[in-house]
Amino acid sequence: MAKLNLNRVQMPKQDPKERAKNFDEVALGYSMKQAREEASRCIQCKRPICIEGCPVEIDIPGFIKAVCDGDMPEAVRILKDKNSLPGICGRVCPQETQCEVKCILARKGAPIAIGRLERFVADWERANKEDLTAPATIPKQTGKKVAVIGSGPAGLTAAAELAKLGHSVTIFEALHVAGGVLTYGIPEFRLPKDIVQAEVDYVVSMGLELKLDSVIGKIATVDELLENGYHAVFLGTGAGLPMFMNIPGENLNGIYSANEFLTRVNLMKAYLFPEYDTPVKKGKKVAVIGGGNVAMDSARCALRIGAAEVYIIYRRSVAEMPARREEVENAQEEGIQFKLLTNPKRFLGNDQNWVVAMECYRMELGEPDESGRRRPIVIPGSEFIIEADVVIVALGTRPNPLIAQTTKGLETTKWGTVVANEKTGKTVKKAVWAGGDVVTGAATVISAMGAGKQAAVAIDEYLKGLL
Amino acid sequence: MLQLKLDVLGGKKQVYKILLKQDLVPSVHLFKVEAPAVAKKARPGQFIVVRIDERGERIPLTIADWNGQEGSVTIIFMEVGTTTHRLGLLKTGDFVADFVGPLGLPSHIDKFGTVVCVAGGFAVAPIMPIARALKRVGNKVISIMGARRKNLIFWEDELRSVSDQLIVTTDDGSYARKGLVTEPLKEILESEKISRVVAIGPSIMMKFCAKTTEPFKVKTIVSLNSIMVDGTGMCGCCRVSVGGETKFACVDGPEFDGHRVDWDLLMARQRIYLDEEKESFEHWQARHRKRS
Repeated sequence: MAKLNLNRVQMPKQDPKERAKNFDEVALGYSMKQAREEASRCIQCKRPICIEGCPVEIDIPGFIKAVCDGDMPEAVRILKDKNSLPGICGRVCPQETQCEVKCILARKGAPIAIGRLERFVADWERANKEDLTAPATIPKQTGKKVAVIGSGPAGLTAAAELAKLGHSVTIFEALHVAGGVLTYGIPEFRLPKDIVQAEVDYVVSMGLELKLDSVIGKIATVDELLENGYHAVFLGTGAGLPMFMNIPGENLNGIYSANEFLTRVNLMKAYLFPEYDTPVKKGKKVAVIGGGNVAMDSARCALRIGAAEVYIIYRRSVAEMPARREEVENAQEEGIQFKLLTNPKRFLGNDQNWVVAMECYRMELGEPDESGRRRPIVIPGSEFIIEADVVIVALGTRPNPLIAQTTKGLETTKWGTVVANEKTGKTVKKAVWAGGDVVTGAATVISAMGAGKQAAVAIDEYLKGLL
Repeated sequence: MLQLKLDVLGGKKQVYKILLKQDLVPSVHLFKVEAPAVAKKARPGQFIVVRIDERGERIPLTIADWNGQEGSVTIIFMEVGTTTHRLGLLKTGDFVADFVGPLGLPSHIDKFGTVVCVAGGFAVAPIMPIARALKRVGNKVISIMGARRKNLIFWEDELRSVSDQLIVTTDDGSYARKGLVTEPLKEILESEKISRVVAIGPSIMMKFCAKTTEPFKVKTIVSLNSIMVDGTGMCGCCRVSVGGETKFACVDGPEFDGHRVDWDLLMARQRIYLDEEKESFEHWQARHRKRS
């Protein structure tokens, strides 16, 4: 047996000083040589457990072997067999807690860089194939119509899978661009929008219809869709309703939800203002409240549009942060200042209603709570002031209530999520499935894709029963 | 111009045709836009979000009229900032990139008794469908429309046709009654029993209408014109305080009880982007001048 190679090939990145001033992609991707070197480390396990870690069950050793052999078309074929959005997943999946954590080499501290290789294969295809559209073999049409609500990761995946099975699919998207959180939420420097667009185009090329500017619950209800020719509905509407803290001063000018800030910057391209018409406040001292990926994205956007200082305000310590380690490190390298064990008590404003500072508590960590993380406890009398002229609240989101309010017989939890079967995505309402953040609350791109895929299987079963 | 727009949209996306443009009064324009899905569902009090092209901002405009059979929705706007000036240059037959709606909750229409509808400035547009619906279900409708001066008045006959009585005011007295809309409003409240007031216009006007009706304890509905981005509850930009509670004007409104609105907060939040609006407008003007 060949000697194990534990030298994980690093992926080149833009210099932190440079990238803190631009919106170009931070990670630059492997060269062919680097990719083949990394792929050659894979020991091609007979029973590959990495696949178990992948919510869409990509044949990981298969595509890695093809990269190793230099057979890129084959690598693309294997990858796309299970994943219609590889360029996206290769960039934003938390591989370190999914496939890579299962890799046998992870035990030696050097798992195969599956995500980087996935990205490499997707990028190779985009650069080398003139026409990214789907294979010409159009499946036999079943004559069954499915409405997919939302064009984020869950909706796109469900739509693609259903179209592959010959069903007639219409995706309804409320915004003017497809992609959901991939478009409005995740910034350009982490997920370039032309990659999202290319993968959306690929899905649409499978013969489905994409209706933008279409707010379901307004132009038609779910019930009306079912009455007007759709045999099934998949809800992939995500978790788009921002949560605030309900502390004094929260409506002061300069206080944003992360959703608003990121939507202005990413979807509306406020980083190109005034070439683009939508503005966003630059801020001198920007405080971002939260410790997840959305908080990191917000902080790094704020830095790039020109803030002098950007702080992450988090009530626990770095170890408890839900953000990917890689993104925390990227943020730190770029000069984002972490103010940990700190929690806002109230916001202070001037006489023009502008935020000028926040009063915060210092916190300490107690015993672990239900999440398994140590519970943050207020230290009495510890209040202190942090100056800030822009504040971004990144404390999570809930599903938008519009669909639940306008659909008869849908069951929701007290968090506003739609109740659906964990395996199939079936809701309690006839002919309606749901998956992704609308069911789980804010989670990951890949888990939403997994849910979209499972629901597509269940919807297909149901539609066959209607024949 | 059209070619440019289709290029930036990749030529794939649906665009929305302006079936008719009318210049109503200086810097106020009417668009009848082809948007069948919106037209089919529109109700009084709702709004749409329009985006002119790839570089455009999303802005909310209240629906002035619609025709389900024709598949058209009518909006009226005044040239204020970059987007509205750019919209003002479009002509019949041109397109806008996005036209989303109908958004927000519809007006509560019921038989209340006598209702006073107050429109300030170009808000005669959103008041029209509300007055018409109120009249249709059997209310006595008294309408008041106010403008700064005579040449800014439009749709006077239209509003009269859906009202039992119409009072017109101008700030400078150049036409009809001189003064503000709150003066006839107060007189009406003093002289007869009013069940409800609907006031739409600039924030300051709605605030003073609400102040005028408060001593009479007459429910007063206002339509808040907060800054919005998506218009579907996603961003929270439009948050307002009503009765001490934070609400999103886009999904919880845009209509609220005017006696419970925190007007100072609303008006402060409307000023968030004053500097950027100026910068954007100057930038656009320079670009526009160069082109023409």
